[in-house]
Amino acid sequence: MSAVQPSYVTRALTEAEPPPAARAGGAVAIGSRLLNRPFNAALTAVSAVLVVLVLWPAARFLFVDAIWDGASRVDCLPETVGHAVGACWPFIKAKFPQLMYGFYPESERWRVNVTYAVGVILLVPLLIPRVPYKGMNAILFLGVFPILAFCLLVGNVFGLPHVETRSWGGLLITLVISFTGIILSLPLGILLALGRRSGLPFIRTLSILFIELWRGVPLITVLFFATYMLPFFLPEEWRIDPLLRVLIGVVLFAGAYMAEVVRGGLQAIPRGQFEAAMALGLGYWRMMALVVLPQALRVVIPGIVNSFIALFKDTSLVLIVAIFDLLGQLRAAFADPTWATPATLFTGFAFAGAIYFLISFGMSRYALFMERRLSSGQAR
Amino acid sequence: MRDSNRKSASSESASNLVPEQSAIEIVGLHKWFGRFHVLRGVDLEVMRGERIVICGPSGSGKSTLLRCINRLEDWQRGRVIVDGIELAADLKKIDEVRRDVGMVFQQFNLFPHLKVLENCTLAPIWVRKMPKQQAEELARRQLKRVRIPEQADKYPGQLSGGQQQRVAIARALCMEPKIMLFDEPTSALDPEMVKEVLDTMVALAHDGMTMVVVSHEMGFARQVANRMILMDAGQIIESNEPEAFFNHPQHERTKLFLAQILR
Repeated sequence: MSAVQPSYVTRALTEAEPPPAARAGGAVAIGSRLLNRPFNAALTAVSAVLVVLVLWPAARFLFVDAIWDGASRVDCLPETVGHAVGACWPFIKAKFPQLMYGFYPESERWRVNVTYAVGVILLVPLLIPRVPYKGMNAILFLGVFPILAFCLLVGNVFGLPHVETRSWGGLLITLVISFTGIILSLPLGILLALGRRSGLPFIRTLSILFIELWRGVPLITVLFFATYMLPFFLPEEWRIDPLLRVLIGVVLFAGAYMAEVVRGGLQAIPRGQFEAAMALGLGYWRMMALVVLPQALRVVIPGIVNSFIALFKDTSLVLIVAIFDLLGQLRAAFADPTWATPATLFTGFAFAGAIYFLISFGMSRYALFMERRLSSGQAR
Repeated sequence: MRDSNRKSASSESASNLVPEQSAIEIVGLHKWFGRFHVLRGVDLEVMRGERIVICGPSGSGKSTLLRCINRLEDWQRGRVIVDGIELAADLKKIDEVRRDVGMVFQQFNLFPHLKVLENCTLAPIWVRKMPKQQAEELARRQLKRVRIPEQADKYPGQLSGGQQQRVAIARALCMEPKIMLFDEPTSALDPEMVKEVLDTMVALAHDGMTMVVVSHEMGFARQVANRMILMDAGQIIESNEPEAFFNHPQHERTKLFLAQILR
């Protein structure tokens, strides 16, 4: 026997109320989740032990047992010091100029420092969203700065003595190759991605061939070919600087990868966006620049930054063509008998690792910041 | 095969029409999607100031026909002439036509990365080369016309469906088009919001805009249409003034369709 529901009319409308007060603070919330069940408590305990097992020896090696002053390997040996030694920081101090500048003449190193300083001064305002004059800033950083850097670093103009690229090394080389690769691979990748999606068969085929060719060979092969094989194909008078050959190879290689990342982003944009732009009379390039690419690039920021970080670290491959980037200089430094100790290798790699990590992590965090900022504006 | 009912429409509502000027001329239009014959010899002439409402079952080709008018779709046979300019493969001509033909989509298609005002000023600034100040004034005027001036600094994602569609109408109007095309503008809206958009379209009609509307909103059609057209299976089945169309349908398909939607 089913009861008939009486009909209902509300008498008063319920006003909105504030939500109940949040439970007591973060620590309690985390703690309650970490320890609420035996399984979770056991996991927490195991994780804590693992963290301590890894972090403590690392901290001991890097800081507690480390040697901070010294003039040669003798100062970093356990016999001299009296206890087990950790990192040998005097080694880094001694090798620091080579690691930073390679064999750039000491008297000219101010040029490298000026280049770095100008680069930072132009880059930082560009990265902070609130700073105005972004257009001018971008032109300065992407157009004027490279030319300035080239003049300063290579010399031969304005009375500056010429410094052969063969002398460049260390972090200088790493940054030059990464910077050039990053700045140039993105526009190249965008053009290739657009070309691959083009309606014109000729452009499309060319783009596909280019992308597949450069993605199909390892970067080492590209560097090798560019440095050692290319001179055989070019006439004598066309000798291109070895570093320039590497730069071109890196840009073409990275551009091909970037093309596919950007293409993924383009595919994610609904057809309606293209149609609305076309219906308004925006031509192809305006549609891409104003409507499609801003959305597409936003969507694939993780992929783009991934490619940038990978490129930054791949620069270490130039060792294969006898160009000494940060890691290359480090390996050369290891060969110095003045500093041969058991701790030298670890110290060196810890230092280089820290630099790579700082820069990569910096890029990664910045990308996250930009992503959050760009999507909050759309209130998605 | 000309649209024979045009004469009666124009004599009835001559006061609404600008002196005889053909806005859109479609002659013998055939289109295939692969093997599927979607448009089968469509002939249509729309005069300046006329309001045409096209209805029909889904798959009849009405949206496709509409999208041919600004060449969002291409065709294999036939001619489309808009405002005296024949649409063919010439990209310049196509862009010229698109500047003067505004389109409103079922899914709004607003640009989510731009504010409402920027959505509206984008085309005037970059296509008509209008200075930014002037474009913004124009945009605010059009937003006021569709009655949402206060939303200018919001992002599309922050607006309701009805408001978004009205922004889409304002965006199209900012190019000061001669013809407005509407592709089922209220089909994606909640019922409460349909009225606000239809009211906007009625106001537009009263301002003398040439409109071609694909819609199932029969009330709207009765209010402002000069002609109702039924399309089915890629061809125009019947075309008549709204009153005659609804009260005295002649073709079997028309009678069937009306019976289905006017329960």
